[in-house]
Amino acid sequence: MDRGLPLGCPTGVTETQTALTTVSMQFYIRSSGNISPQNTFGQVPFLAEAVVSGPGKFSCLEPDYRQYIDAKMIRRMSRIIKMGVAAAQECLKAAGLQMPDAIITGTAYGCLEDTGLFLTKMVEQQEELLTPTAFIQSTHNTVGAQIALMLQCHNYNNTFVHRGFSFESALLDAAMLLGERPASQILVGGLDEITGYSHELLSRLGLYKGAGSRGSAGLFSGQSSGTIGGEGACFFVVTGSRREGDWASVDAMTTFYKPDSMQTTCRYVDSFLDSQGLAPADIDLVITGRNGDFRGDEIYRHLLKDVLGNPCHIPYKHLCGEYPTSTAFAIWLAARILQSGSVPAAAGTGPAKTIRRVLVYNHYHNIHHSLFMLTAC
Amino acid sequence: MSAPVFIAGLGVVSAIGNNVAECLTAFQSQQAGLGSITHLNTIHSGQLPAGEVKMDNDALALKAGLPPHISRTALLSTIAAREAWQDAGLHRLRGLRTGFVSANTVGGMDKTEHFFQQFLPDHRHGRLREIIHHECGSITELTADQLGIRDYITTISTACSSSANAIAFGSRLIQFNAVDVVVAGGVDALARFTLNGFHTLMILDHQFCRPFDDNRKGLNLGEGAGYVVLVSQKVAGLLGQTMYCRLSGYANANDAYHQTASSPEGTGSFLAMRSALEMSGLEPGDIDYINLHGTGTQNNDIAEGTAIRRLFDPNYPKMSSTKSFTGHTLGASGGMEAVFSALSIRHGIIYPSLRLETPMKELPFVPQTKFLKDVPVNHVLSNSFGFGGNCTSLVFSK
Amino acid sequence: MKRQIIEQLNMQDITPEDIGDDQPLFVEGLGLDSIDALELIVLLQQHYKIKLSNADDGPKVFRSVRTMAEYIMAHQAQNA
Repeated sequence: MDRGLPLGCPTGVTETQTALTTVSMQFYIRSSGNISPQNTFGQVPFLAEAVVSGPGKFSCLEPDYRQYIDAKMIRRMSRIIKMGVAAAQECLKAAGLQMPDAIITGTAYGCLEDTGLFLTKMVEQQEELLTPTAFIQSTHNTVGAQIALMLQCHNYNNTFVHRGFSFESALLDAAMLLGERPASQILVGGLDEITGYSHELLSRLGLYKGAGSRGSAGLFSGQSSGTIGGEGACFFVVTGSRREGDWASVDAMTTFYKPDSMQTTCRYVDSFLDSQGLAPADIDLVITGRNGDFRGDEIYRHLLKDVLGNPCHIPYKHLCGEYPTSTAFAIWLAARILQSGSVPAAAGTGPAKTIRRVLVYNHYHNIHHSLFMLTAC
Repeated sequence: MSAPVFIAGLGVVSAIGNNVAECLTAFQSQQAGLGSITHLNTIHSGQLPAGEVKMDNDALALKAGLPPHISRTALLSTIAAREAWQDAGLHRLRGLRTGFVSANTVGGMDKTEHFFQQFLPDHRHGRLREIIHHECGSITELTADQLGIRDYITTISTACSSSANAIAFGSRLIQFNAVDVVVAGGVDALARFTLNGFHTLMILDHQFCRPFDDNRKGLNLGEGAGYVVLVSQKVAGLLGQTMYCRLSGYANANDAYHQTASSPEGTGSFLAMRSALEMSGLEPGDIDYINLHGTGTQNNDIAEGTAIRRLFDPNYPKMSSTKSFTGHTLGASGGMEAVFSALSIRHGIIYPSLRLETPMKELPFVPQTKFLKDVPVNHVLSNSFGFGGNCTSLVFSK
Repeated sequence: MKRQIIEQLNMQDITPEDIGDDQPLFVEGLGLDSIDALELIVLLQQHYKIKLSNADDGPKVFRSVRTMAEYIMAHQAQNA
């Protein structure tokens, strides 16, 4: 079945303009490499048990990188670069792919640790006696570049850095490349890190629940503001040409920016389903980006009740925390659920029947909204 | 390229002018915008020349319609993007699906570094409003909100090729009929972070830079913003006026050689130029002008020059580095140079490379050193190559 | 000085004993590259107050630990 890939654009220009632009194509998730706060990396059972965090932040479980990265390269790499490169390597290995046709990354924050390091030295040493390593590793395209360097890959290489749309843009770029050349196999990923500085500053900005909160286990209890900071590096190999063993199909995705009201959000979600010729009853599971901040979670409650007809739904940020590219984790979760047919207990309670179609909906601060429709392969 | 994509409007702010007309005048009079650093507060001012935009933040804010405490990056971006928007006449049309694809390398770093001066001695200090627009994407949104663009917004950051990639991505959004119009390009404001970063690499010239000169000593940093308005054929028809040119080809390749240095044979540059030409359906001999990446570092110019020799020998088009006027504006350079490329086609002009005295002995060609007018320019190739091996070439056609 | 090099270049898994006095530091030896050379220039400035004025001297000075040590001693003798 060939459904369209609606891109980008329910528009807020006029009330009447709600149609989604459709490009005829669909693509498949062939493999993944996922470094997250859960036990998700390498050949491990699918969320056998939930790892819980303390208050404040949810940090990644990291592998021994020396298996994945050459000793000469690793000495210059900060944590996010190691996470990204290792996740990419694992992903390629799982797909049996040596040379991807494109490498595309999405990262809102880029390489924060190196940025903070160079910035600190620059201020403290008053612009004197500075060394280049942190600076050259601080650019947002470092992870994509290091993967290319490691693979000696001269192909298409791009990096998107747009807050809560970073991973979405990377995936759209991949989808368009696959529209041009369906047989391509593209490495695409979303990654962001928490650093000491970033956590401190985002806490001062009021994003997180305080030290008295219960961490990830208590994320959804009570009506409080703030969430829990998260991080991760999650890569996929995607292709337009399906093969036995592919995890799931991405049938459609869309994003919308700063909707002016709850009604507008509802209308966009509604028209997204419409564009796929789907009714709420056709969706077996909704994965929502609820993050425990009652202000933002209100939107999910409305949508589930008023537009989606109280479907079976699970959150995902109790597993990875909140960060701008967390939808990469959500897509990983959706694809694994579709591969296995059911929701693991660590993630939540799923429907009794085999899951064939999943809707992922996330919003980041009610500014960046994204929707993905995935089906089983 | 399947569906044609046209360039309907241009906007630029740079060291040589605060708009398109001023930049053209500076080119004509061969007047570089390089000089001592005055707006940025750094210990290197007086030592390292740079291409600063000749307005302080208060003046820029007034022009941009934003508060003066906002990052200089957002101010520059808004001024150039609005010029492009108005130049295209987009304010006359309604109901179009519009995108904004921008690029930058350090977002609101100019404010973050100020914040860190207060924050580092005492972590309770520092005004938070100075860091809320630190992210690259936040700068894009400040400008998009000013222009009222909301249908598709994103930001690309691939070092010095960032805004060339933004233009290529914007073009593909139109070809896939995701939007009708995209304002695409990029911006970077001079920041102490980047100035010191490039300084540690010892690739900054203490004099004015001399791209493609045998005695070149490095680059000068610059700042600015440059945007083009990309439109579909349908919108080109609706707008009515003559289009500047078509974006007839683009390509992105990776050098995969070193995090900062280019390979001696210029593999990434060669692949980007060759594939962009292929997409445009042109032969190397069809190109009338190459807007070089031409930073003025030893490494870039020999790698780029070698790649050009491999592709173009023995018929070399005219070529020059406009960075000899503007400095290297990093995330803005691809956008600014796309604007200059479109103007070259529109007005039949070729820009000179300034201060080129001794041609590189390794290369069989010499870039243009005098401003030329009344020359037929049908096809222009613009190169943008960056850290991380990210190489992108764009082709513009009459 | 070997310890300083290891620290400056973040060479995990390498001890000072692993670096021979005459072992080439670049390419085929320890595998250092142009970025490391820039780090070593700052190391000389920071620890020995020596400013390598001519970057072209780099390859000669940084050929091995011994050449670095000789360069430093020659400089200190000059300043004494």
